Amino acid sequence: MLFRIESAAVQSLIETLRQRKYTVIGPTQRGGSIVYDEIASSDDLPAGWGDEQRPGYYRVHKRTDNAWFSFAVGPQSWKKFLFPPVYTLFTALRRPKGFSVPKTNGQDKDKSREKLAFIGVRACELKAIEIQDKVFTSRTYQDPNYRKLREQLFIVAVNCSSPAETCFCASMGTGPKVTGSFDLAMTEILDGNDHYFVVEAGSQRGEKILETIQRRPADPAEVSKAGAVVTEAQSRIKRSVDTAGIKDLLCQNSDHPEWDKVGERCLSCTNCTMVCPTCFCTTIEDSTNLSGSEAIRSRRWDSCFTMDFSYIHGGSIRSSTKARYRQWMTHKLASWIDQFGTMGCVGCGRCITWCPVGIDITDEARVIRENNHVEQ
Amino acid sequence: MESLEPILTSHPFFRDLDQKYVHLVTGCASNVRFDAGKFVFREGEEAQHFYLIRQGKVAIEIFTPHRGHITIETLDEGNILGWSWLIPPYLWHFDARALETTRAIALDGKCLRKKCEEDHDLGYEFLKRFAHIMEQRLTSTRIQLLDVYDVHA
Amino acid sequence: MHEGTVETLDSAASPMIPQPFVIRNIRRETEDTFTMELEPETSGVLCSFAPGQFNMVYVYGVGEIPISISGDPGNTHSVVHTTRAVGTVTKVMDKLKKGDFVGIRGPYGVPWPLQEAVGKDVVIVAGGIGLAPLRPALYSILKEREKYGKVVLLYGTRTPSDILFREELERWRSRFDLDVFVSVDRAVSGWKGNVGVVTNLISKSPFDPHNSLSMICGPEVMIRFTVMELIRRGVDPSQLFISMERNMKCGVGLCGHCQFGHYFVCEDGPVFRYTDIKDMLVKWEI
Repeated sequence: MLFRIESAAVQSLIETLRQRKYTVIGPTQRGGSIVYDEIASSDDLPAGWGDEQRPGYYRVHKRTDNAWFSFAVGPQSWKKFLFPPVYTLFTALRRPKGFSVPKTNGQDKDKSREKLAFIGVRACELKAIEIQDKVFTSRTYQDPNYRKLREQLFIVAVNCSSPAETCFCASMGTGPKVTGSFDLAMTEILDGNDHYFVVEAGSQRGEKILETIQRRPADPAEVSKAGAVVTEAQSRIKRSVDTAGIKDLLCQNSDHPEWDKVGERCLSCTNCTMVCPTCFCTTIEDSTNLSGSEAIRSRRWDSCFTMDFSYIHGGSIRSSTKARYRQWMTHKLASWIDQFGTMGCVGCGRCITWCPVGIDITDEARVIRENNHVEQ
Repeated sequence: MESLEPILTSHPFFRDLDQKYVHLVTGCASNVRFDAGKFVFREGEEAQHFYLIRQGKVAIEIFTPHRGHITIETLDEGNILGWSWLIPPYLWHFDARALETTRAIALDGKCLRKKCEEDHDLGYEFLKRFAHIMEQRLTSTRIQLLDVYDVHA
Repeated sequence: MHEGTVETLDSAASPMIPQPFVIRNIRRETEDTFTMELEPETSGVLCSFAPGQFNMVYVYGVGEIPISISGDPGNTHSVVHTTRAVGTVTKVMDKLKKGDFVGIRGPYGVPWPLQEAVGKDVVIVAGGIGLAPLRPALYSILKEREKYGKVVLLYGTRTPSDILFREELERWRSRFDLDVFVSVDRAVSGWKGNVGVVTNLISKSPFDPHNSLSMICGPEVMIRFTVMELIRRGVDPSQLFISMERNMKCGVGLCGHCQFGHYFVCEDGPVFRYTDIKDMLVKWEI
């Protein structure tokens, strides 16, 4: 059932969520980009801000309207909230004999940050969350912190109206229309002075929240306008990846000369893995206080592009940049399928935008496919 | 005295060799035995034989001033010892010493070389077989050189 | 082994919390290799594992590394690890003493296919420290010796002073139902045993290539040549099993470091069937 809510109702939505102890996180314009952070009201939303993205290029600019969601995606993804960049696993305490690991760790004591609400999750980002759900909560060993946050997470998804040049969700089957496990999904409509949203609930939780804000059933014209936003967005998506048989294509072309070429351009700066909403590699670090009475073990984001990512005694398995780029891209588009049943890429385009040398994953996939050397 | 022909026929080295050649080669064969510690041959000596080891263990060694005798490889039952008889100047490059009582069949190099010159087909059969042995030894030696167990790379 | 439980606010268990174990015994095996025998701090915790598995071993404040379990699976009171002291964590571990503590998470990984080996000749080829994860397999096989055909252990290492578990090897060699062959890459004077690569031992080992299962562990180069030599002997490639090694930070399939193609070595290995990985073994930097 589709409803129309006025833009002012978004403020009510935020307030209702906050009353129910949700930490509301949404997009906001800061420091030359649009980032995700805690927001207190709809005033914090990036009204009138748009973005322009190209390989190795990102700028925000003021638009002539006051749309809240007329940008694509910023450098950050929602993963930083569900899967924090630095996370304390435990603090071990030295004892007269040996050490002990107490039952709670510091991070978990902060109950106030456990109920999260995301406002403005795009179709590709929703798919990315679902992909990380598989990584962290569907296998033998799971991330209990992710699971806990995810179970309580309230998702307000938003359909894209302004995809960037670097977006390629359509060919990846992840967008631009929002589908999947959202609580509410909205499409922003600006029609002259009219600023409203066509919204639907995707869960019982979503329905309950929707009941608390002022709304009326959307009329056919409004529904049609909402559909047009999606269609228009779809038509503006320029890039694509031909994913037919991509698993075999990449696995069978591990000696393709294109890997050497891209290996020469790649700086192994790890930007792509940091901005990617599905990358999940981590490393573990140990530190002690000065007296040694406490030893903290923390988990932090890592990247397969670092030189020592694959280090075993004697040296790194992937010491060349070429091998590391190949690992990342093959994992993202091919091995992920064997591991988790889907590709790891959602076509958000961040890796293309934020690569300092503008390496374009869609281009790389195309070149390899066009000059397919099937290996013996 | 037992005829060595059936022993040669059944040895993997002579597999698929025409029986008339096995017979010919038997004419150059004799039984030998080395007590533990005795040299089978010495570096620099004329390579007069090659050996099919039937029992025991032989160490291929080299002597260096600083480190004494170093064993490069050991060969035992079923292995072929020595190819220098086939390649001029027909001199041994290494020492070979029996580590335990070793029985072998010695094949007279000069005798065989003469027969190979007379019949090139026989010569080809020998060279094929020795090429195979050398390839195996070379591969093994290369892996030894790689020092794969050494971690301080 | 019971994993540590962390009582977070909703009682979910974190797989990253180690359990404290006390060092009952630590001894030097060779110049750079040592063996630790550990007991759980909490009594009543059983240390069961399958041969080929590993634990993540944590040194307070220093770090954590994967180490193969090298002891007897029949002993559930303690867990034994043999490792080289080559990195930051192992060098600190090397200096620990009886009574010191380490943290343990595990056991993890796919073990050696002992069930699949039943009724067949078993060929065990170990190179260097690779003998450590194979020793438990041998213990299990010898405990149920009648289930298997001929059993052959081929062990290669750098020099005679690098031979691990020497007394045990000598005891095994004197058994009538087990063939043990040892070879070193480099001899020292006085060594009367085999000299040469361990693959040289394959041609003279008594086993039926057509009804055998092989378990191989050691440096990757040694593994590749051993595989070649076994296949040359007539062994079915699908009956070759290899233990692989990759960088591990978590040991539970979440950190991404141990990926080998699409496999996670910690979850899909470390023991792999050769035919499942043979294409990747020859690809550089995969």
